[in-house]
Amino acid sequence: MARQLVFGLALIAALAVFPLFSPWSTVILTVALCEGLAALGIMVLLRAGQVSFGHGLFFSFSAYAVAFLAAAKVGHEALVLIPVGMAASGLLAAIVGLFVVRYRAIFFGMLNLAISMVFFSLLEKLFPITGGADGKRVPRPTFAGIEFGREQFELATFYVTLVLCILAALFVARYLLSPGGKALEAIKSNETRLEYLGVSPRKVLYGAYLLSGLLAGLGGAIIALVSGHVTPELAYWVRSGEFVFIAILGGIGGVAGPFLGALMFQIIRGYAAVYAPETWHAVLGVMLLIIIFFAPAGLYGIVAGKGGKPQREEGGR
Amino acid sequence: MLLLAALDGLAYGSLIFLVAVGLSLIFGVLGIVNVAHGSFYAIGAYVAAAAVLALGAAGLPTWLAFPALLLAAALVGILVGGLVEIALLRRVYGKEEVLQLIVTFAVFMILEDAQKVVFGVQPYFANAPMNWLGTVEVFGIFYTTYQLILMPLVAAAVLLGLRFFLRRTSFGRAIVAVTQDREAATAMGIDATRVYLITFIIGAFLAALGGALASATTSLTPGIGAGTLVLSFAVAATAGLGRIEGAAVAALLIGLGRSAAVYFAPEFDVLIPYLIMMLVLLVRPQGLFSTVQTRKV
Repeated sequence: MARQLVFGLALIAALAVFPLFSPWSTVILTVALCEGLAALGIMVLLRAGQVSFGHGLFFSFSAYAVAFLAAAKVGHEALVLIPVGMAASGLLAAIVGLFVVRYRAIFFGMLNLAISMVFFSLLEKLFPITGGADGKRVPRPTFAGIEFGREQFELATFYVTLVLCILAALFVARYLLSPGGKALEAIKSNETRLEYLGVSPRKVLYGAYLLSGLLAGLGGAIIALVSGHVTPELAYWVRSGEFVFIAILGGIGGVAGPFLGALMFQIIRGYAAVYAPETWHAVLGVMLLIIIFFAPAGLYGIVAGKGGKPQREEGGR
Repeated sequence: MLLLAALDGLAYGSLIFLVAVGLSLIFGVLGIVNVAHGSFYAIGAYVAAAAVLALGAAGLPTWLAFPALLLAAALVGILVGGLVEIALLRRVYGKEEVLQLIVTFAVFMILEDAQKVVFGVQPYFANAPMNWLGTVEVFGIFYTTYQLILMPLVAAAVLLGLRFFLRRTSFGRAIVAVTQDREAATAMGIDATRVYLITFIIGAFLAALGGALASATTSLTPGIGAGTLVLSFAVAATAGLGRIEGAAVAALLIGLGRSAAVYFAPEFDVLIPYLIMMLVLLVRPQGLFSTVQTRKV
């Protein structure tokens, strides 16, 4: 535990000072953190043995919510837009969750995919409202009433994001240790026994789904602000697949995993863009296979000394 | 209009039936939902289109295109499907479902890019086989023979062939036996590893065949794999995973639904398969043609 704590603090410290030395990295790091937040949501679901190929839905929903609000000029304030975007995704997760928590495994994954693709095609087709494939521009908001220049804005967003990530990570860590979090893991190992204990697996998974939707929404809201532009691509299945990739790459053993994975993902993307621009999804696929077969606990497992095989499942299927 | 939609639905339904039945068969026997299934469809389509175009360029008679389509699909099934099963899937049988999903998802990402590298991103269009068969007249509407007769015929042949194969031939029965109880079947001398491999190849072949048939009717662009995967999953899930006859009904249902949407609400044609699947799963989570399985503690 101590080792993980030291590792987490080191990661935060490294992240906090990095932009001061290399200003060009601010936006990239912010994007990485946003994707890390969404991957953190995926990780929560993976703890229950469920995988969603459709969390781009919540990511894009809050991004578009922010874009609409910013365009409507009702709220031009980042500290208002972010929670509102997040709440919008939370609301959507509360509705979608009612439906999808009844399903497991492939059905869960594909239903999420289907719903996100419905949203994706709506975003593309409803051109007059959403701007179609071109998306919408998001004007730069103010921070606590202050209007920043571009660089200061980027820096401020980064630090706000970092703080939000730390809060989110701590919250998820606490949640995973709570009775709800423990019950969540029991869904993976043996759901029927969980029912015999008088716990409703659906309620447990619903809570986790809500949390994961909120996390993805938080990431989406920030990414809309920092990139100043939203497109339907945020809802596309490739995006959702990347979140899963990041969560697996980072490892689901601890809350630092998804963020570690997201940073690594940006590095891979940066190099792949130079050396293999046409085939970089294939590069991701190959890496995914390598991780699954040779380092199933992910980067976090390697760094935090919990490498090797994950704990074996017990009980019948 | 209504008739045209029905004919479209029939042609479309037979196509997705081929892909969905492969997906369903693989799930029924191997217990894995193959996310890379859409890629087999796409690769089958590209290989077939390339073969047809090559035949045309060589000045060979057009009827040769039909065996070429079949051959292309078989090649893709055996080479790509076989490779994926031997190299990857074999390692994850009996592991967590999430793991299996992610492995096939990784294969999907790799194959999608491989296909772009090999065949490029410009659209392919090889409609020689369709034009060669001409058109038929149904109630005053001219429709291509290829789509109206050949495609449903192939789908029906596959349906009956699979039924016969699984119930009457000894290898088909071995597949059923392994599905029901792998250990007992192995004890009876059935080589379960081989059964898995061949089942996967058959499933991949059917997807590639669907793609090969489709290659003559539409232009091929990158991304057809993803759309087809979701569509065929919708069909397989609507029918109940592992149901072969059910997949035929569900494919027709979704095919008709989609072509009706194309004519009457073109904005939302892509939504129809998802909506049908969601509605069915809402009412009958196990699919239309499956019975509820008792859970084991």
